[in-house]
Amino acid sequence: MAETNETILAIRELKVNFTTPDGTVNAVKGIDLDVKAGETLAVVGESGSGKSQTMMGIMGLLAGNGAVTGSAKYRGKELIGLPPAELNKVRGAKVTMIFQEPMTSLDPLYPIGRQIAEPIVHHRGGSYKEARKRVLELLELVGIPEPARRIDSYPHELSGGQRQRVMIAMALANDPDILIADEPTTALDVTIQAQILKLLRSLQERFGMAIVLITHDLGIVRHFAERVAVMRRGEVVEQGTTADIFERPTSDYTKMLLAAEPHGRKAPPADTAPIILEGRDVVVDYRIGGGLFSGGASKFRAVDRVTVRLREGQTIGIVGESGSGKSTLGRALLRLVHAEGRYRFGSTDISGFDRSRMRPLRKAMQLVFQDPYGSLSPRQTVGEIITEGLLVHEPELGKAERDRRAIAALSEVGLDPEARNRYPHEFSGGQRQRIAIARAMILKPKVVILDEPTSALDRSVQGQVIELLRNLQMSHRLSYVFISHDLSVVKAMSDYVVVMKDGRIVEEGETDSIFEAPANAYTKSLIGAAFNI
Amino acid sequence: MIAFVLRRLASAVPTLFIVVTISFFLMRFAPGGPFNLERPLPPATMENLVRTYQLDQPLWRQYATYVSNAVTGDFGPSYVYKDNSVAELIGKGLPYSMELGFYALLLALIGGVAMGTVAALRQNSALDFGIMSLATVGTTVPNFVVGPVLTLIFAIILSWLPAGGWGDGSLRFLILPMIALALPQLAVFARLTRGSMIEALHADHIRTVKAYGLPARVVVVTHAMRGAMLPVVSYLAPCAAALLTGSAVVETIFTIPGVGRYFVLGAINRDYTLVMGTVILIAIFVIVFNLLVDILYGLLDPRVRHD
Repeated sequence: MAETNETILAIRELKVNFTTPDGTVNAVKGIDLDVKAGETLAVVGESGSGKSQTMMGIMGLLAGNGAVTGSAKYRGKELIGLPPAELNKVRGAKVTMIFQEPMTSLDPLYPIGRQIAEPIVHHRGGSYKEARKRVLELLELVGIPEPARRIDSYPHELSGGQRQRVMIAMALANDPDILIADEPTTALDVTIQAQILKLLRSLQERFGMAIVLITHDLGIVRHFAERVAVMRRGEVVEQGTTADIFERPTSDYTKMLLAAEPHGRKAPPADTAPIILEGRDVVVDYRIGGGLFSGGASKFRAVDRVTVRLREGQTIGIVGESGSGKSTLGRALLRLVHAEGRYRFGSTDISGFDRSRMRPLRKAMQLVFQDPYGSLSPRQTVGEIITEGLLVHEPELGKAERDRRAIAALSEVGLDPEARNRYPHEFSGGQRQRIAIARAMILKPKVVILDEPTSALDRSVQGQVIELLRNLQMSHRLSYVFISHDLSVVKAMSDYVVVMKDGRIVEEGETDSIFEAPANAYTKSLIGAAFNI
Repeated sequence: MIAFVLRRLASAVPTLFIVVTISFFLMRFAPGGPFNLERPLPPATMENLVRTYQLDQPLWRQYATYVSNAVTGDFGPSYVYKDNSVAELIGKGLPYSMELGFYALLLALIGGVAMGTVAALRQNSALDFGIMSLATVGTTVPNFVVGPVLTLIFAIILSWLPAGGWGDGSLRFLILPMIALALPQLAVFARLTRGSMIEALHADHIRTVKAYGLPARVVVVTHAMRGAMLPVVSYLAPCAAALLTGSAVVETIFTIPGVGRYFVLGAINRDYTLVMGTVILIAIFVIVFNLLVDILYGLLDPRVRHD
């Protein structure tokens, strides 16, 4: 790599403050960081560590209530306090950015070619017609197939991975010195993640720009960055070469982060354990389109003849990328979507059961969702949220008894029973996920479908939630269907793994055999992408 | 695109039919009739009139006659303006109403969008509060108050502008009624624009264009405003239909010979055919503008393009 020791971005005593109705929040508390020409610096931290706000502050992109002080010099030129017109000569030309949200970072109303051309035309002059040639080159460079056709596509016509490639093309357009990548792969599937990171690295080798990678994912950092800065609560707690940070971490926080990678396993159930939930030849079709005046609808097969047998005390991990049908399968097993196939719960055949006949069984079959922010009603107290199921399934319980059960459920998931008088917004993501788990556990279920329960959480919190789920499983002899795209979490949770792609099972087997010796090419690429970036 | 337009026009036929049917029967179930005057007519005259206008026929037959005539473009004679057919009355008045409505629409749209944008860009500033207070006044003060107040100030006290009438149709005559007509709609446009503009300015893709050093003008006009216009465009259809078909209040205050008065006068006088004519007119305007707005929406937003 074109690494010299020249520092091209020198950050000194940088502070970012937000004025809120509850007082001033110090998001970044006076940090020092250097970015050298051509290097890859990873800024690692959990949510709220100030890692993104540091870069937003330098780039003049803070929210209206944010203010940045201190110094950030790009090749000797002070960026902090620069008038917007001056700052606009640097950002987008010499220092560029790509963002976490590939779905929303592009303007939905303009073709991608025009959006890539905009900074070219603005910074270099010339017309859109002249810029078009350069845009085609860039699209080719970032691996968009058929650039000549795609250049006039709109963002909604591209996949998430392709949109992130378009963002990278935009970032490269003016030959930047520094590319700031703010969680560039977090919203993408694992195989796409690996492709994007590979692309970034090969582009860096070719063009020699420095990359500042902002991420919470230590797995990415290990294989991608040369230097690492670990941030926590607005401060840099440790920085050094990647090897040093991973082999000889000095700060307790770094050690904790490294240890938070999920590990350990649970014992699989006995082979004689009875089957508690079975779905045979599950097929789910969705209708697309169709309306009074707009012609017929087409069908989309989300799950295609899949069979799952869950034993008592077992955890089946269902792995797949977005669109693989894994969440739909989970809902079909609980009879929550219209699906064909044969279903059995314990010794009861529930294939033909309608809503009202399913209702008494629902108590024993619970579901925990991915989004701990969206799945709890903001207008109910935690106590009301978790006891709501009791009102339906055990209406004979009195208020005092319900309250007693709520206290038990909350302490079981490691929350203060006082929490039941508070509202969801007063809790962190991890705590909210505990509330969602308590809501399922209070009904004393036999089967719980966990749909990406840890995907929205920080690594260190993820570890705790996994620990909690494993303990609950042991003490209550629960059976889990654990749906996730995150293979390291699946590995830590499951006895048996099912790999899905395009609605079908491509491979299934004991966790060890799948991870140690995958037979299917797709499984191999998934595992390769997740563990050897 | 052409298929889309044709499909929409085809679906307009049953809509119009339903509108005509409901209004026809509603009108007939209202008590009274076109010839119940304060001083009752002699029974013989009454009988004559009723027979001439076929009001002695059973209701379903009157309905059938009306619909079959309407399909051929014959909306019948007015019962009250006895020398004119409904088509003539509307044909005479509509150009006035449309011209006035068109200027009012332009004023409301341009003024409202400009004010809303400025308010959004200076969110929570004194300017923002000023504009939004003005918008509240615009929505809450009815135009039968605004009209006379404008007349009093600009026509009577200052004598800058004529107090009413169409005159030679020059702009001088249009300014006051145009303002009175536009004000409530201007307030709605200002509110809508402010809200959607604030949302648009916080969008991720706006952060992107800022990060790429594009000047504020490009960020606001090219990127934020185009997205923010979508809800405004949606409101354009009912607003245009309402303004272009005239306002009874404004046309009466400023003595403008438009069609806005006919709806109210027709309803009060139980002038069955005139009411039906205006209802059909408004329905057609609503349908046509909804279609135009859907096409415009598709041009603005590639995600809902009709191809």
